[in-house]
Amino acid sequence: MSLDKDQVQHIATLARLKLSAEECAESVEKLSRIVEFVAQLSQVDTRGVLPMAHPLETAQRLRADAVIEVNERDRYQENAAEVSDGLYLVPKVLD
Amino acid sequence: MSLYSQTLTELAVGLENGEFSSVELTQALLDRIAVHNDKLNAFITVTAEQALATAARADAARSAGNAGVLNGLPILHKDIFCTRGVKTSCGSKMLDNFVSPYDATVVERLADAGAVVLGKTNMDEFAMGSSCETSYYGPVRNPWNLECSPGGSSGGSSAAVAARLAPAATGTDTGGSIRQPAALTGTVGLKPTYGRVSRYGMVAFASSLDQAGVITRSAEDAARMLGVMAGFDERDSTSIDTPVPDYVASLGDSISGLRVGVVRQHFDEGLDEQCGARVKDAIAVLESLGATTVEVDLPNLDLSVPTYYVVAPAECSSNLSRFDGVRFGYRAEGAVDLLDLYCRSRGEGFGDEVKRRIMTGTYVLSAGYYDAYYLKAQQVRQLISDDFKKAFADVDVIAGPTAPTPAFKLGEKVDDPITMYLNDIYTIGANLAGLPGISVPCGFVNDLPVGLHLVGTHFGEETLLRCAHQYQLQTDWHLACPQGFV
Repeated sequence: MSLDKDQVQHIATLARLKLSAEECAESVEKLSRIVEFVAQLSQVDTRGVLPMAHPLETAQRLRADAVIEVNERDRYQENAAEVSDGLYLVPKVLD
Repeated sequence: MSLYSQTLTELAVGLENGEFSSVELTQALLDRIAVHNDKLNAFITVTAEQALATAARADAARSAGNAGVLNGLPILHKDIFCTRGVKTSCGSKMLDNFVSPYDATVVERLADAGAVVLGKTNMDEFAMGSSCETSYYGPVRNPWNLECSPGGSSGGSSAAVAARLAPAATGTDTGGSIRQPAALTGTVGLKPTYGRVSRYGMVAFASSLDQAGVITRSAEDAARMLGVMAGFDERDSTSIDTPVPDYVASLGDSISGLRVGVVRQHFDEGLDEQCGARVKDAIAVLESLGATTVEVDLPNLDLSVPTYYVVAPAECSSNLSRFDGVRFGYRAEGAVDLLDLYCRSRGEGFGDEVKRRIMTGTYVLSAGYYDAYYLKAQQVRQLISDDFKKAFADVDVIAGPTAPTPAFKLGEKVDDPITMYLNDIYTIGANLAGLPGISVPCGFVNDLPVGLHLVGTHFGEETLLRCAHQYQLQTDWHLACPQGFV
């Protein structure tokens, strides 16, 4: 099964990736090969097999709903491109 | 013997006996890094100043009688581990400007034990690759042949340890990223059981597969490192609360009576004949030590690579959605709106292979394809895991090759993702099933190292390390040093 340019563009949009025309053409070719490669799984008889979501047979551990971290917002925001008064700035969302 | 050629265990004795100080040792290795790293490109960041300051503190602690178990010993961290106040790039342009505000648990535990971090090692971008060619910082070169890849994704760690730039380095393994580079550079690479070592502060690739481990030159050193790194961490919800044994204490025990599984499917046409011969020789050494071999089947081995290339990209597409150009990481200039900011920051910040895996993952999780790909892969993952369970009913460890060939040339596989993916055929199964695995040097083909791969049962690291250590007592492959780095 191979993918076409529109499908790849749709996937890129879902993944929030802007691709150049060249990247898109290359992705059509390489993603098609990957999808063909993994498609061999469809041949396997998996009737009655439970999907394995986790490598160990264990239950999800829960912790008490308590505050365990101190607020270090300013320090964490040192890695942000643009902040103001503790808020992250992005291009205008509402007109 | 020169300081750089000693193992972690030997250096620990030297420090203990006052033959040299940690500051002297640290300076000697920093000098060596300065001389040799240009050839290898094994480092993204060298933390010389911090290292010397930590070494001085370690020397003072020793004088005061407060030496930790790794006190004053130099190590490296793969640049996937968050290190407070130090750039943590994950080999990506996306995180080239990221200075971590906190330490990963692995980093914290090794620091608490007194280890001295010399620097952060180069790697495939976001650990996605088997050759270190997807790094934003350029490829790493193999000290055994500078035209060859050191493997990946922990290739900076493996190259640096092989070249004697440090005795030990951390790594991470999602499909073979510790064991394959260890095999290709003649080093020891240990991937523990899933949940054995905390993933907190380790940049996530595929959360149900990722596990932190270590690259060293001896199994004994790996045991020392694991003893410090392993253990329950409440900050990682998949960390397992089970006691950490003294991995060093049982290394000397005999492997007589150990049942070693030899997988029929491992010696098929996919394996280089000469590599296969070295691995068979290594298994014969285990037999000479009293181990018995049992033929076992892993009938779904061939399906492990396609299964992995559904599960891992699916998890990566979710994990890497956090990189949005807003809170940290690369941000594109002049975006016209929020969507444009996201798409351009990610489009410009990620490299080709990372984008390919995000898109593969997005596709297999998208409406209409989820059942056919993702759910199906999870079912096949269960079959693969069941195969291991059946095999381990009859054996204690499974022995085989780590990689199908010795180190390949840089550029050789870079244009063909499937060929590159198939490099991990022997290692991926352990990740899918959550099992521990170790690669141990077992000879050379065309002057390039070959690795013996041992897989154990869940939390069976003691047996793996003991088996590897007993093998190394009989062989000297791990003592060979690449020419140009002697």
